[in-house]
Amino acid sequence: MLQSLLLLVGLWVFFGIVGLPTRRDSRLVARVLFPLGALVSLIFAVLAGSFLISGQAPQGMILPLGLPDLPFHLRLDALSAFFLLVLGLVSAGISIFSAGYFRAGKGTAPGLMGLQYHVFLASMAIVILADDAYLFMVAWETMALSSYFLVTSEHRIPEIRRAGFLYLLMAHVGAICILLSFGVLQGGSWQFTFGAMRGASLTPFWATTAFVLALLGFGAKAGLVPLHVWLPEAHPAAPSPVSAMMSGLMLKTAVYGMLRVSFDLLHVRFWQWGVLVLALGLFSALYGAIFAAVQADMKRLLAFSSIENIGIIFTGIGLSIVFETCNMHLFAALALSAALIHSLNHALFKSLLFLTTGSVLHATSHRSLGKLGGLIRRMPWVASFALVGTLAIAGLPPLNGFVSEWLLLQSFLFTPEIPHAFANMFIPLGAAVLALTAALAAYVMMKFYGIVFLGQPREDSLAEAHDANWLERLGLAWLALGCILIGVAPQIALRPAASVTDKLLGHSVNTSSIWRIAPISPQQASYSGMVLLAGIVGVVGIAFLLVRLIAHGRMRRVPPWDCGYQWQTSRMQDTAEGFGQPIRHIFATFFHMERDLPSPSDTSPQYRIYIEDRVWRAIYLPIARTTQKVADLVGGLQGGRLSIYLLYSFFTLIVLLVFVL
Amino acid sequence: MRDITVVRQFGEVVLAIAIAPLFVGWIAQCRAWMQNRSAPLLRQTYRMLRKLFDKDAAMAATASPLFRTTPYILFGTMVLAAAIIPSLATDLPFAHAADAIALIGLFATARVFLSLAAMDIGTAFGTMGARREMMVGFLAEPALLMVLFNAFLLYGSTALPSLVDGYRAHPTVIDPSAIFAAVAFVMVLLAENARIPIDNPATHLELTMIHEAALLEYSARHLALLEWASGLKLFNYACIGFALFLPWGIATNGADSGTALLISIAALLAKLVVAGAALALVESLSAKLRIFRAPEFLAMAFLLAVLGLLVHLLLGTKLA
Repeated sequence: MLQSLLLLVGLWVFFGIVGLPTRRDSRLVARVLFPLGALVSLIFAVLAGSFLISGQAPQGMILPLGLPDLPFHLRLDALSAFFLLVLGLVSAGISIFSAGYFRAGKGTAPGLMGLQYHVFLASMAIVILADDAYLFMVAWETMALSSYFLVTSEHRIPEIRRAGFLYLLMAHVGAICILLSFGVLQGGSWQFTFGAMRGASLTPFWATTAFVLALLGFGAKAGLVPLHVWLPEAHPAAPSPVSAMMSGLMLKTAVYGMLRVSFDLLHVRFWQWGVLVLALGLFSALYGAIFAAVQADMKRLLAFSSIENIGIIFTGIGLSIVFETCNMHLFAALALSAALIHSLNHALFKSLLFLTTGSVLHATSHRSLGKLGGLIRRMPWVASFALVGTLAIAGLPPLNGFVSEWLLLQSFLFTPEIPHAFANMFIPLGAAVLALTAALAAYVMMKFYGIVFLGQPREDSLAEAHDANWLERLGLAWLALGCILIGVAPQIALRPAASVTDKLLGHSVNTSSIWRIAPISPQQASYSGMVLLAGIVGVVGIAFLLVRLIAHGRMRRVPPWDCGYQWQTSRMQDTAEGFGQPIRHIFATFFHMERDLPSPSDTSPQYRIYIEDRVWRAIYLPIARTTQKVADLVGGLQGGRLSIYLLYSFFTLIVLLVFVL
Repeated sequence: MRDITVVRQFGEVVLAIAIAPLFVGWIAQCRAWMQNRSAPLLRQTYRMLRKLFDKDAAMAATASPLFRTTPYILFGTMVLAAAIIPSLATDLPFAHAADAIALIGLFATARVFLSLAAMDIGTAFGTMGARREMMVGFLAEPALLMVLFNAFLLYGSTALPSLVDGYRAHPTVIDPSAIFAAVAFVMVLLAENARIPIDNPATHLELTMIHEAALLEYSARHLALLEWASGLKLFNYACIGFALFLPWGIATNGADSGTALLISIAALLAKLVVAGAALALVESLSAKLRIFRAPEFLAMAFLLAVLGLLVHLLLGTKLA
């Protein structure tokens, strides 16, 4: 199994290299290589899924590559199989979409883009398969670099170069933390295989150090507040399929890493760790939702929404650690299942939505919400798929987003039983934060969908917008199908998640019924997306027939009424800023806001609002200034004269001699 | 599955659809009496619906299919919710399709569809209504969840039938936390159903309306379905409240006799009469709040629910 997976990874790289010599001709890359890559993704998902369902023992492998005496170790177990399943399922949709999306034009040539894309894909798979710190870091860096080049594919635009730099910087800060964490985890054995780390015994202090470093490192990649700043810059800069890959899949490798370190490599856990992760997760979730609500750029909005969803996933992880350390294993399994399923769900719907923004961008060449509108009439296919994604990400039944949020809320219900005073009073309030986040997400996504696809077109040029081509539609349909299927039959996702929790925690939630999910017991709580969907469809059908039978179907087409106001234009609709206004009002403390209001007598009034992340001023600018100062101080050493440099060498020699003698 | 449960399920749904407009009419009548106006007849709401069904629909020329299907979807979700909520009996085929948390989700689905439809035409009032409707929604949801949390702590379940059964096992004990939760629930009910003090269902004053602004472009049968769905939503919320706090008379497992059914119908009607009058009283005694006072109102509801939670944790009682 592991060999075939590696072969498929090799195929990806091969496809990338084959396309490279084509340079400007995009047909080979678009029509052959990307669809083949999608096929490989699909086989990949099937293999990973069958490994997971059959419950096989972990498979290991040693590749005699790399430095002498440091061969690469690979391992396939339930946890990695779950994330490989996510990778395969979602990348199949993205690759098919990319086949229709990438075309020759400004920016990177399609051949090179294809190479970067497939190397990115392959490196993510290797990150998940790696079984030693060395291979893990090599793959991790390959992933960061290949995605950096993808982000900066339109490198002639200065903002994109800046976004790319910020991304690379944060990726490396994170990578250093992860490297240090592995350094601590080996526990004095100087063996950097994960097998050795599992066997190492750390004191509580060093275990906590390793955990916090891993949290910082993987948190920076996942976009936990306050390490999230690169996300809203890098996602809009990248081409849409790349944004989909980064947001849908790359962030999940960070989730994978976090789970690997905290549930597999570390042999001890403390409940305070769980509380820390939980608090960070909840704060990120709320923060992401609030900032998403005030964005006016559709891809930035989705990027903040990714921060929110990552927050929800980390909330689940934190809760699971808390339960596990308090010996409430069943509830730990419930929370972890919620986190895992939300990872899969987020990969599906966030990729779907980023891809729809790509289609919208191609059709209209606008990214700003203020210039869109009414696209449901011009682009009915994209609008329908986007509606599925919107309802799913808003956490509404009977789609998939609701399933994971419901499971997480269910696990929150057991937090008052935590045997730690105060923790059992404060953690339940997290459920309220989660409910607020979910409801805010619905607000954000209604804003996204309503402004882009509904209402009147805000620009005349939108009348020429065209729908996506059939390859793009196929990719979107694949992801939308995933959202619907997991929502209607959550067992599809719950069973694989249960086999992961079985291996990691030794417990899993109840997955016996196929009609409904009842994680603890049906008396406690149950949910059936299938019955809800069937019920709604049934009642809607009956109601429609009855209305038509008893009443009539007569209808007149008239101009919109709007309380009788006849002179309305498309500019009188709420703007993206208008949708942000209640949020800015209610959550004013979160924002650093500057407003210029016109005076009443102004003949050409201008209204300007500037919103900034408080984190930026509070943390990043001071760090940047301090770094600059330290660099200036160190710069003082560089006199530029040879004699002074010789003096330095002389002093160093003397100091060393003092130590040696 | 026994036949009787299917019959009961069907009866419950039909009863809900039939008396939801009556409940709305009853509240309007009580309000009129309390405000010294002459009251409309109880069947006025039915006549209104009939009139609307008879009319030709005037549909905005730019309306998309989403706009046209939304009234049906809203009606469908509300009828489905009525099938899930144990208003007459707990042993129902649909009862385990969704627990109370999933029911909130179902209501959220309806709300999002209504808001999307309101944005579809692209009028100034429509988008404003959509935005405000969603705002009230996200403010109310945390409070509602805390109310359910409270119920979970008392009876160890979020499934409404289990909650009813749990309550019926200890009918004489009133937990202090339930009182806080009940007040919070009523506040959420007022906000979610567009009642005073958050919204006024009887006004079309442009700048103050929330729910009505979202319905503004609908006419005839579509409007009728939406009004009916609003009535059903209020009815459903009332029934959730009864299941959480006043589950007297609801037929529990095994009570198959005709008398049990009659008792449960009588109990439901009695509760609705009293609850309608009480709602009308609350609405008559309060003034509509400015839209930006809505967060304070719902934060209050949230704090009450949290207080209930803390009372429960401090007293450490567990009934079931």
